[in-house]
Formats: sequence, C-alpha cells, structure tokens
Amino acid sequence: MDEKRLVDVTDLKVHFFTDDGVVKAVDGVSFHIDKGETLAVVGESGSGKSVASLAMMRLIPNPPGKIVGGQVLFRGKDGKTRDLVKEDEATMRKIRGNDIAMIFQEPMTSLNPVYTVGDQIAEAIVLHQGKSKKEALDQAAEMLDLVGIPEPKKRLSNYPHQMSGGMRQRVMIAMALSCNPSLLIADEPTTALDVTIQAQILELMNKLREEIGMSILFITHNLGVVAEMADRVVVMYAGRAVEEADVVPTFKKPLHPYTMGLLNSVPRLDLAATHQQRLEAIPGNVPNPLNLPQGCAFHPRCKFFKPGLCDQDIPVLQDAGNGHMVRCVRWAEIQKGEVVGA
Amino acid sequence: MSAVVPETTTANLVEVTHLKKWFPIRGGILSRVVANVKAVNDVSFGVKKGEVLGLVGESGSGKTTVGRTILRLIEPTEGTISFQGQDITHIPKNQLRSYRRKMQIIFQDPFASLNPRMTVGDIIAEPLVIHNLEGSAQARNDRVAELLQLVGLNPDHVRRYPHEFSGGQRQRIGIARALAVRPEFIVADEPVSALDVSIQAQVVNLLQDLKEQLGLTILFIAHDLAVVEYISDRIAVMYLGKVMELAPSRDLYLKPRHPYTEALLSAIPTPDPTIKRERIVLQGDIPSPINPPSGCVFRTRCRYAIAECANTVPELKEVSPGHFKACIRDDIPGLS
Ligand SMILES: Nc1ncnc2c1ncn2[C@@H]1O[C@H](COP(=O)(O)OP(=O)(O)O)[C@@H](O)[C@H]1O
Ligand SMILES: Nc1ncnc2c1ncn2[C@@H]1O[C@H](COP(=O)(O)OP(=O)(O)O)[C@@H](O)[C@H]1O
Ligand code: SF4
Ligand SMILES: [Mg+2]
Ligand SMILES: [Mg+2]
Repeated sequence: MDEKRLVDVTDLKVHFFTDDGVVKAVDGVSFHIDKGETLAVVGESGSGKSVASLAMMRLIPNPPGKIVGGQVLFRGKDGKTRDLVKEDEATMRKIRGNDIAMIFQEPMTSLNPVYTVGDQIAEAIVLHQGKSKKEALDQAAEMLDLVGIPEPKKRLSNYPHQMSGGMRQRVMIAMALSCNPSLLIADEPTTALDVTIQAQILELMNKLREEIGMSILFITHNLGVVAEMADRVVVMYAGRAVEEADVVPTFKKPLHPYTMGLLNSVPRLDLAATHQQRLEAIPGNVPNPLNLPQGCAFHPRCKFFKPGLCDQDIPVLQDAGNGHMVRCVRWAEIQKGEVVGA
Repeated sequence: MSAVVPETTTANLVEVTHLKKWFPIRGGILSRVVANVKAVNDVSFGVKKGEVLGLVGESGSGKTTVGRTILRLIEPTEGTISFQGQDITHIPKNQLRSYRRKMQIIFQDPFASLNPRMTVGDIIAEPLVIHNLEGSAQARNDRVAELLQLVGLNPDHVRRYPHEFSGGQRQRIGIARALAVRPEFIVADEPVSALDVSIQAQVVNLLQDLKEQLGLTILFIAHDLAVVEYISDRIAVMYLGKVMELAPSRDLYLKPRHPYTEALLSAIPTPDPTIKRERIVLQGDIPSPINPPSGCVFRTRCRYAIAECANTVPELKEVSPGHFKACIRDDIPGLS
C-alpha cells in the first residue's frame, strides 16, 4: 500500500441473506483514505453507507449478513498492513479499540444508561491503555475538556440522560478519541442534532482532526456537511459507488447524473437572491434492494438514460482523469454536451 | 402587553393573538402542578389567505404546539385563535366540526400517521365518511381516484396498503387524505423532514403546485430553513416559545434583523466547498422551556446581549415594511 495510505478498500461486497431474497447492500465498493484525510461517503438512505463502514470494522451481523468479497487493507499503528476482512476476532477487537473508533447518529444507543459518562470513558481507557482507574478518570476529564464540555470534572459523574443530545455526542467523541485512533468513522454524527448544535460538533471535529492528525470517514446524507468537512467524496447509490472525486470537483463538475441530480435537488439558501422558486427533483423512488434495475441501477430515474445501453451491463467505475472516478456509460458524451437530458 | 398582530388585516384567514400553551408538570403524591413547560409563550401572527407562512426554529421551540393549537387539537392556555375572522378559541368541541373540515394537518412521519391495516383507498376516503361528504360509494371512489391523481399517484393503487409504498409515496397519500375534504387551511408539520433530498424536492414541488391549483393557505412547519425558504411567502422564526422575527421569505434570508436568525442562518452548511464564510457558532444548548431566561429568551446565547436584555421582554415590532423583530437593540451593525 502507498506510503500515505491508511485504508484501501477494494471491491467490497456485503450481502444479507433474508427470507425475501439476497440484499446486495454493498456490491463492489472501492475507495481509499489517506493519512489525515477526511473522506465523505454520501448517498440517500439505504445506499449502503452504514453497512460499508460496519464491514470495515467487521461488525456485520451474521446471519443474515456476510462479507462475500473484497478486501479492506488497513495500516495499523504498529506499522503493519492487514486485510481486515481476513483477520481473526481477537485482532479485530484490538484494532477496534486502538486504531479505529466509531461514532453514530444516536449516542444513546452506544452509551450505557446505567453508568456515569466518567466510568464509561475510563473503562475504555483502562481496557485499551492498561492504566489504573484513577489515571483513567483523570484522562477522561481531560478528554471531556478537549471536546469542549464545561466543568469536565463535575460532568464525569453525570449519567447520559442528564445531558443534551449535543453533549452526549461530545461524550461519544471523547470516548472514541480516548484511544487515539488513526481512523475515526463518523456515521451521520450530526443528523439528529439541531443546526446550531451541528455547527458546534462540526467545528469541534475539524479542530480535533487538525490537532490529532487522524483520518475521518464521514458518512452523511447532507451535502452541506460534505462540502464543509470533506477532502474527498464517494457518492453511493444502491450499494455501489457511482462517483469519487476531490470535494471541489464533486460539487463544481459532477460527472454522474445521480450526483448532478442530488446537487440540484438540494434547497440552496446561499442562492436565495437568484434561484428559481422551484426545486429540481429526481423523479421516481430509490429502487427496491431485492430487485435492483438491470444495468445501471439509476437508469429508471436518469434523464440521460438510453435504452439498450444503460439497462444492459452494470457500468464499470472509470477514471475520468485526475482520479475522478465515475460509474456511468455516458459520462463522456454528457460532459461534451452531446446528449441533452430528457 | 400590547397586541401586536403582524400584518393584521381582514385578509388573514387564520390569526393567533397572544397565544400561550403551557403544559403543566405534576409532582408529589397530590399530583400538584410543580412547574410548567412554556411551550408557546405569547405568540401572535396572521396567515393571509392563499399564502404559505413558514414556521421555523430548532426542536422544542414550540412549532408543533402552535400548529396543533390552531387546529384545536391542543387547547390553548391563553390567547385567541380566529379563523375567517371568527374567534374559535372557545367553540365547544362538538361544534368544531365545520372548522375541522376546513383545517387539515399533514404529519412528518407518513408511516406512523397512516393505519397499516387500511387500504390506501379507505385511508383517503375516511375523512369523507367522517364528514359525510360525497354521499354515494361511487362518488367517494371517484373522489379518491381524483385525489390520487392530484398528488401524483396511480389511481390503480387504491387497494394497496401503506407498507407497499416508499416514504415519498406515503407522504403523497397523507397529502391526498388531508385534501379529501377540500380544506382551506393546512398545517404541514415537518412534511418533508423524514424524506431523502431527491424525494423531499418532489414533495415540496407538489405542495407548491397544490397551493396554486387549489388556492390553499398553508402553515408550513420545518426546522430546515432552506426548505422553508423555497415554499414560503413569509417566515416566522421561533425560539423557546416565542417568535423572534417575521418577514417576507427572501428578506429574512437576505437581510436578517434578529441575532438569532443571523446565527441560525450562519449555522447552515452551504453545499459549496468554495464558499468559506465566517460562522457564528452559538455556544451551549437551548435553555429549558420550564424556566426560560428572563427578558429576551435568547439572551443567554446572544453575542449582542446587554444588561437590559435580562429585564425587558422584547416586543415583536415592525422594523421595515412587513419585517418584524423581537429584539430591544436596534443599533447592531449589520442587523439594523
Ligand atoms: N441486518 C440487515 N438485514 C437485512 N438487510 C439489511 C440489514 N442491514 C442493512 N440492510 C440493508 O442494506 C441496505 C443498506 O443499508 P445501510 O448501509 O444501512 O444504508 P445507509 O446507511 O446508506 O442508509 C439497505 O437496503 C438495508 O435495508
Ligand atoms: N404534551 C406535552 N407535555 C409536556 N411538554 C410538551 C408536550 N408537548 C410538547 N411539549 C414540550 O413543549 C416544547 C415545544 O414542543 P414542540 O411544540 O413539539 O416543539 P417543536 O415542534 O418546535 O420541536 C418542548 O419543550 C416539548 O418538550
Ligand atoms: S449509465 Fe445511463 S442511466 Fe446510468 S447514470 Fe449514466 S446515463 Fe444515466
Ligand atoms: Mg446509515
Ligand atoms: Mg415539531
């Protein structure tokens, strides 16, 4: 793996074998994350964002789920590169404690309601760093201070329900960072929060990223948050990455019709002075995962759809130049303006 | 207390004046009221016939309570509600029927609000049955088919069940149901908040079309200001049970006058990585509505607060034509 790489995911496939059929939740996803980089994974609900990240942590419930293919190369703090798909559970447990940490949308589901936040953070520190309880509690207070919780020493004895949603998310971040991970996976960490609190958490994450120098895999459906946080972006649709590029070209020169559609459908306050009073919606609905459209899964909703071309084989992910990847058979024609959307 | 009803004109279809809704909290063995949640605390505004009034604010600011109180689904603690110039605050429940037909609600969660055991046809026809409209079965069926078409669904779907539909389609069913009785006023409570962006845009556009087509008056409640800006003619910004600012939609975004609106706008991430703005990050959380700050309820998080802000409850007053704000300071650079 390249010197600057931290993670290299290749052709990852995660399927769920349900009574109704096979859900190909993640079906051939590739991306990489460099050291210190923030990669955003964006896509609508059900596109496979959470499943892809859980697979990296090897936390897919089996049954019904199974990683059926691909590799997840990860460079550990010990300098060794491993394929996480193949590691045993004991190694994974170490990696989950020391190298990769995760925060979720709803902190209450990962915080234990019957223990104080101090005890919970300290426990993680004792477990992974082998410190004494006393040292761990001191460090827990430092962590709470780091994530901007006022009166951290006092807060150690709070129970999660005594805190607001924003405070709980700060506690989760403190807990995640207490083991000094090289990768933080943040799955919709601000989706349940009000915008003013979201702004606080995003500011905090950006500050910590600079201070600690970790990489972040930031999962979100909010394009505004992507623009704010990401260095690079992967756009997912129906279990596949359809576009991957640096953040500026993703927004300024999107190549995939789905990315274009998504950007057009977002209400834009910054354009309030000039925009039309109508949003450009993507027609139709997200496809049923048990019954994905043949060929390009986006084709029933795509304004550039060409029968006989788009509904045949699954388009391959192509490099459109400078590492800007796109999974659309017509991207070049569309860029040249040779085809006009219906 | 002086009565300030922004834009009080006879053209208001709906009007609330000094509306208050306090939810009592009971405690102790005697179940006495030990405190009150001041969910809505002296709110006045009017909704003009044919307009969309947006109601925005963070969660807990009292938006849902305002909407449901107007519909008399919740009884107000104080203040008046009028509809078509008639005070409906104290009309007994059993006489509310004719108003109920004229005022309908669309909910956020289209799944929770649709009975999973009823067919789509029955769900949409139910209000017709309740209000005894379109008497014959044939007339009802025709009306249901017409409604499905109106909201962009296939009339052949009448015999299907809610679970067979996606979130966006279910929201369309909820809209068809609300429109069945030909209401004049709709409270849309976060109707697109649970939907993906591409679908959210479809539903916003649909509501806009229906408003034009049917001449509806809508109170559009949402926490996402960007969505509200698209659909609303005017917008009221709420914080801790009070209206902080009320203005024509574009005015509010282009020239906010209240410190809270300014901060709220600046907190919204812009979907453009080349735009880097200075951001006002509000510190701390929203205070509890049980014990809101004295004076201006926003003062504990306001970067322009002065000592006087703790003493005076700011009135919502007109600062330029049609533009109202509730802030005692009119000397803040950029906001005056
Ligand atoms: N335990 C499970 N059993 C069956 N299907 C699942 C399970 N977990 C996730 N899925 C399916 O995998 C797909 C991707 O889900 P997810 O990764 O959660 O999407 P996202 O995070 O992008 O919203 C969805 O179709 C979802 O229904
Ligand atoms: N039935 C109730 N009993 C007690 N408190 C309530 C009740 N309904 C709402 N509240 C409280 O009133 C405040 C305003 O709530 P709500 O109107 O739902 O706000 P919003 O819709 O703006 O999120 C919140 O603090 C909420 O917890
Ligand atoms: S492959 Fe065809 S259907 Fe798919 S995005 Fe490209 S043009 Fe649209
Ligand atoms: Mg998810
Ligand atoms: Mg609400």
